[in-house]
Amino acid sequence: MNSRAIEILVGFFMALGIAALVMLALQVSNLASFGGDNGYRVEAYFEDIGGLKVRSQVAVGGVQVGKVESIDYDMDTFKARVTINIQEQYNSFPLDTSANIYTAGLLCEQYSGLEPGGDVDFLTDGDVIEITQSAMVLERLIGQYLFSSAGK
Amino acid sequence: MTNNNGAMSDVLVRIRDMHFSRGNRAIFRGINMDIPRGGICAIMGPSGTGKTTLLKLIGAQLKPSQGTVHFDERDIHRLSRRDLYTERKRMGMLFQSGALLTDLSVFENVAYPLREHTALPERLVRHLVLTRLHAVGLRGARDLMPGELSGGMARRVALARALMLDPTMIMYDEPFTGQDPISMGVLIELLHTVNSALDLTSIIVSHDVQETLSIADYVYIVSDGVVVEGGTPDDIRHSSSDWVQQFVRGDADGPVPFQFPATDYQSDLFAPEIV
Amino acid sequence: MLDRLQGLGKTGIGFLERLGRGHIFLARLLLALGSLVFKPGLVIRQIYSVGVLTLIIIIVSGLFVGMVLALQLYNTLVGFNAEESLGVVLALTLLRELGPVVTGLLFAGRAGSALTAEIGLMKATEQLSGLEMMAVDPYQRIFAPRFLAAVVAMPLLAAMFSAVGVLGGYLVGVELLGVDSGAFWSQMQSNVDFNMDLMNGVIKSVVFGLVVAWIAIFEGFDCIPTSEGVSRATTRTVVNASLAVLGLDFLLTALMFNA
Repeated sequence: MNSRAIEILVGFFMALGIAALVMLALQVSNLASFGGDNGYRVEAYFEDIGGLKVRSQVAVGGVQVGKVESIDYDMDTFKARVTINIQEQYNSFPLDTSANIYTAGLLCEQYSGLEPGGDVDFLTDGDVIEITQSAMVLERLIGQYLFSSAGK
Repeated sequence: MTNNNGAMSDVLVRIRDMHFSRGNRAIFRGINMDIPRGGICAIMGPSGTGKTTLLKLIGAQLKPSQGTVHFDERDIHRLSRRDLYTERKRMGMLFQSGALLTDLSVFENVAYPLREHTALPERLVRHLVLTRLHAVGLRGARDLMPGELSGGMARRVALARALMLDPTMIMYDEPFTGQDPISMGVLIELLHTVNSALDLTSIIVSHDVQETLSIADYVYIVSDGVVVEGGTPDDIRHSSSDWVQQFVRGDADGPVPFQFPATDYQSDLFAPEIV
Repeated sequence: MLDRLQGLGKTGIGFLERLGRGHIFLARLLLALGSLVFKPGLVIRQIYSVGVLTLIIIIVSGLFVGMVLALQLYNTLVGFNAEESLGVVLALTLLRELGPVVTGLLFAGRAGSALTAEIGLMKATEQLSGLEMMAVDPYQRIFAPRFLAAVVAMPLLAAMFSAVGVLGGYLVGVELLGVDSGAFWSQMQSNVDFNMDLMNGVIKSVVFGLVVAWIAIFEGFDCIPTSEGVSRATTRTVVNASLAVLGLDFLLTALMFNA
């Protein structure tokens, strides 16, 4: 085989490989919708985050607007601190927006849901969401139910 | 023997007290050799005495465990990589198989050293390659692939390639082995003409005694890791050593016994414990 | 008893010796890479033989692996009413694990064995010695181009494997089994992370390409220069390279996904 044919075939091969990478990046992964960390961050403190994980969805009215960036435990408030990355175009949530933790699907995947309040000021980078509601933990609910029915 | 009087001494390769072993097996145990500049020097010996290894030691592909090899008054094993490569351009080596690059045509194989070491224009490369190929009689085979060549033709192509960089010395590893009489004759003739026409030094490693004796100017016989005998072909033919006589004449029995060392034949054959 | 102990010691020392030689070889190989700047043609030729010639088997395997995965996953997921998750699970499995690993194994079998056989044969027919005697460094002209070509080709092959696998899964899941096409893609997109999943898969495949090429070229270089030696070296390449891919995969997975 002459070297020209080989060069053409190798060129074809490289193009195909790069096309596959681009296809994976745009069509399969979240690169197109969430290109890195170009959003703004807000923090929320929860009593209990249940099964929430890093990279869990953050949704408003069912629409994904961001993701959970990090989770750690704050030793000052004794609460779980969840840092949320919200995409840039959703930049006008009121300051008194509340954060909840919900369960989606039967596989019990948990996500964070935001509910906008009525404040005139908007959340910006580094703000803290004041109103939060912890995750529902099944054991605790059962415990409360048993306790209340025993009290009757 | 120690004449360090400048570059033009009449000894091209000087080997002094060279030892080499592979694993636990000593292959050379103190070899001394002087290969004169110009002319054809043959190194002969029984199979397995490490004649090919000797060539690799001269070409510095292997390092001796002791002793020195001087090529043109430079200790070849103490050179830096760059200097060694410069010296190697002055040595050609012909391997038994030809060692042609299998994925290149005959023409490209012969042109390979030029393409690697020079930046000559294509016209000149073509010219140089065709003259070399013509010299070995294979100008017409330039478009064949090495797989399509016979063993003798492959060796001739390899010779053309070895001549490409105008070497000072060419080493031939078993050039006559496995050749039919005609290609053997061609190779002997070629070797002879090339050597005299280009004023080369040739080292031939071989155990084809008659052919080698017929063209060599000087002969070393190596056995058991040492040089047994050295001299002109006539000296060798009339050597007083029984061993050399047996080797030169190719007798089946002699100082080298026909039988591999074993216990007594009679007692072995009628061994009592096996009934 | 003493004999056995001695044998064990010999094997151990032999192993260490090979390990040392292998690493010295790798170091010289890496040093020789620089010379390729002036000879890109050599690398292109090698990409042809390690990449283009491996393409067909990669694409066919990718397609079938994707289709089988979709079939199996669908049957499990449908029990949880979660067949929309098919796309996510499929993509994550392919990108994180199967893409790099299966490609690595196929690459070791197809390209690795061919590399060992080629270089072993070059050694057996004295071509390597011949190059040395022509003052040409085989590390620069023979080993480095093959090594670089493998390192370039491997991630591209793995990407093609994953991409074709996702398409195969799409064919079976959406076209055949009737999973909703929108859910298939949107769930996939929202749950597959570019850095975490795709890039880690690419890093894995680069590492596998490196290791497979290193093992294959070294085995060829280090083989006993006879036909038997070459065939043994080829077998050793496939076995060792496959084990290396699987072992490294565990290591890399533990490093990447266990944050």
